[in-house]
Amino acid sequence: MQKVLHINPDKCTGCQQCEMACSFENYGTYATAKSRIKVFDFHHTGKKVPYTCTQCDEAWCLHACPVEAITVDKATGAKVVNESTCVGCKVCTIACPFGTINYVQETGKVQKCDLCGGDPACADACPTGAITFIDANWTGLDKMRQWADKLGNQPSAA
Amino acid sequence: MSWAGKILRVNLTAGTVTSEPLNMDWARAYLGSRGLGTKYLVSEIDPKVDPLSAENKIIWATGPLTGTMASTGGRYTVITKGPLTGAIACSNSGGYWGAELKMAGWDMVIFEGKSAKPVYLYVCDDVAELRDADHLWGKSVWQTEDMLKKAHQDPLLRISSIGKAGENGVLYAAVVNDLHRAAGRSGVGAVMGSKNLKAIAVRGTKGVGNIRDPKAFMAAAKTAKKVLADNAVTGQGLPTYGTQVLMNVINEIGALPTRNHRDVQFEGAKDISAEAMATPRKTDGKAQLVTNQACFGCTIACGRISKMDETHFSVQNKPEYWGASGGLEYEAAWALGAANGVNDLEALQYANLICNEEGFDPISFGATIGAVMELYEMGVLTKEQIGTEAPFGSAKALCELADMTAKGIGFGKEIGLGSKRLTAKYGHPDLSMSVKGQEFPAYDGRVVQGIGLAYATSNRGACHLRGYTIASEVLGIPVKTEPTESNGKPELVKAFQDATAAFDSAGVCIFTSFAWTLADVAPQVQAACGEEFTMEHLNHIGERIWNMEREFNNAAGFTKADDSLPKRLLTEAAKTGPGKGVVSKLPEMLPKYYEVRGWDSEGRPTSATKQRLGL
Repeated sequence: MQKVLHINPDKCTGCQQCEMACSFENYGTYATAKSRIKVFDFHHTGKKVPYTCTQCDEAWCLHACPVEAITVDKATGAKVVNESTCVGCKVCTIACPFGTINYVQETGKVQKCDLCGGDPACADACPTGAITFIDANWTGLDKMRQWADKLGNQPSAA
Repeated sequence: MSWAGKILRVNLTAGTVTSEPLNMDWARAYLGSRGLGTKYLVSEIDPKVDPLSAENKIIWATGPLTGTMASTGGRYTVITKGPLTGAIACSNSGGYWGAELKMAGWDMVIFEGKSAKPVYLYVCDDVAELRDADHLWGKSVWQTEDMLKKAHQDPLLRISSIGKAGENGVLYAAVVNDLHRAAGRSGVGAVMGSKNLKAIAVRGTKGVGNIRDPKAFMAAAKTAKKVLADNAVTGQGLPTYGTQVLMNVINEIGALPTRNHRDVQFEGAKDISAEAMATPRKTDGKAQLVTNQACFGCTIACGRISKMDETHFSVQNKPEYWGASGGLEYEAAWALGAANGVNDLEALQYANLICNEEGFDPISFGATIGAVMELYEMGVLTKEQIGTEAPFGSAKALCELADMTAKGIGFGKEIGLGSKRLTAKYGHPDLSMSVKGQEFPAYDGRVVQGIGLAYATSNRGACHLRGYTIASEVLGIPVKTEPTESNGKPELVKAFQDATAAFDSAGVCIFTSFAWTLADVAPQVQAACGEEFTMEHLNHIGERIWNMEREFNNAAGFTKADDSLPKRLLTEAAKTGPGKGVVSKLPEMLPKYYEVRGWDSEGRPTSATKQRLGL
């Protein structure tokens, strides 16, 4: 079963545990500047929104790469940057409509979310359940359950 | 390790910025943040220095856990000699700035001297430069953040700055970061302003990477986070209601100082409580509270984000205050509300926004307004002097005086001096509800005996965050003690004070201590820094820090006579509630407190005590 990162912004408090977990997983340091998931704080509404790669099936980054450095991890479905192949041309960063693949000047390569090989550190670190890692086919399950509860699980009026 | 091992020294007179290695002997003896910054300060300045002179220094310090995945590990402390009190000033803030400084590779920044013209410090990893701030002078905290992010074309920049209050020498001016998190008390912002230092803008991309045992640290941090999540206060009460969860609780037990401590219960408490913040308004059908927010790394998330009623008189024609922004915490709601008898929640939030925007402490400001209102009702101050009618309960006066204090105009200039100077000027020094010149926070020191002793002996003047015995005396954490009972309180106060100094110095938030003891902090510090930081060792460091601060104050000229409470708390009994008829038993508790501290009868650490603590 393939799983995906599922984000519920209403549950995000802006603590950035996810960003630290991401950078620790990939670089061994707590550096939000190196995180592949970013939390955006929309101050005037009070909303905090985590955002990262959604692992498109027809990934723009993958198709744009001139050296085929981005490949699909068959087990997880993640689009993965192979650092030894990547030449740092940044064409993928232009091709990606969502901005979720970015250049890293320290390495001269690009980086993006690779789902940590199937056990994403961000989801594990999130204290509120704003970021979860769930069945790719059933990201709507929670919402369906809420509606089912509303429609069919309340005490009958009669 | 887990200290970055480097500090920045900025000489504002010479305009130089230099890097120097962190004194690792001091780091191991004083841990970080509050303790370590204070060690540097007391080693470098004359205790008798004028706080607002070039000879004073001011330090921004992080702790070893700042910038790590330890829950709440985003704290930093601003340390200086305070202008409100003349004592050690040491104010702690959350938000994201502290972690950013640490991620840039610096444990602390020491500022010395005074710049001839306004400047700000720009730090991006190894680059650290003083830059011209002429264009920022006269701007608010909010404008400063916005302008600096735009000028550097860097939305990820984190800013710690002062607003107009710090520039104008409001003696309780705050240093504010991330729009509404503040090193709020003791006037650290006034010292910053006195040096013509407007802001510190930081971007850190290096990260915190030198954890001694990363695997053990991650495990310890995870275990400790679970303790917070499973605890009723840190797992449910604080995220849902914020610190405002206390308003009705403290009012119920008759420990909510009201109208400048004339009363201990406020009939309007329910109108300014957490519950009121979450209740839809009649005017627009929306609740003031929008959501909660965490500081960096915090798994509690007690912060409030609120939106004002656009039709309220204070903001009717000011759309700039209609968006979501930092909401009322318990201390601010009390000081701006109960302390003045004001029960208009929107007026409180307006004053709160002004405190954040222009950078001043809502506790000292609100409490000073309380004294002004009492003087007004006594006929000592008139409408003409103040510029507005100012009886207890006037929301209009609260909002107008907040504006005047922020801008340093009219009577606002006098309010900016704090209640001690203001009440003395008008011949009623007894009406300043303060210790060492710093105003009380939101718990009555008569009805809750331990907190009264904690106020009297706090090294930075009246403060709840130096020994929060309310946890024990009201909430039963870690064990319940009787609020009105004075026996056992000297020991309790000492225990809280020492442990708190260790929490503060590690770089975590003191609110974790509703669930954590040092037994929960120790494994994290041990994994990050070294095996020697056991619970007992951390407690010992805390006691060392407390005594170091005390020694500085003693050398600055403070004596036993300054470990006092206002006459009102010692002679005027609480009028209502469970503590009715009670006054503070400070005169009984203080000698015992000195004894358990290992101090002589004048409140000076004995040579045996100093030797025991390695001072």
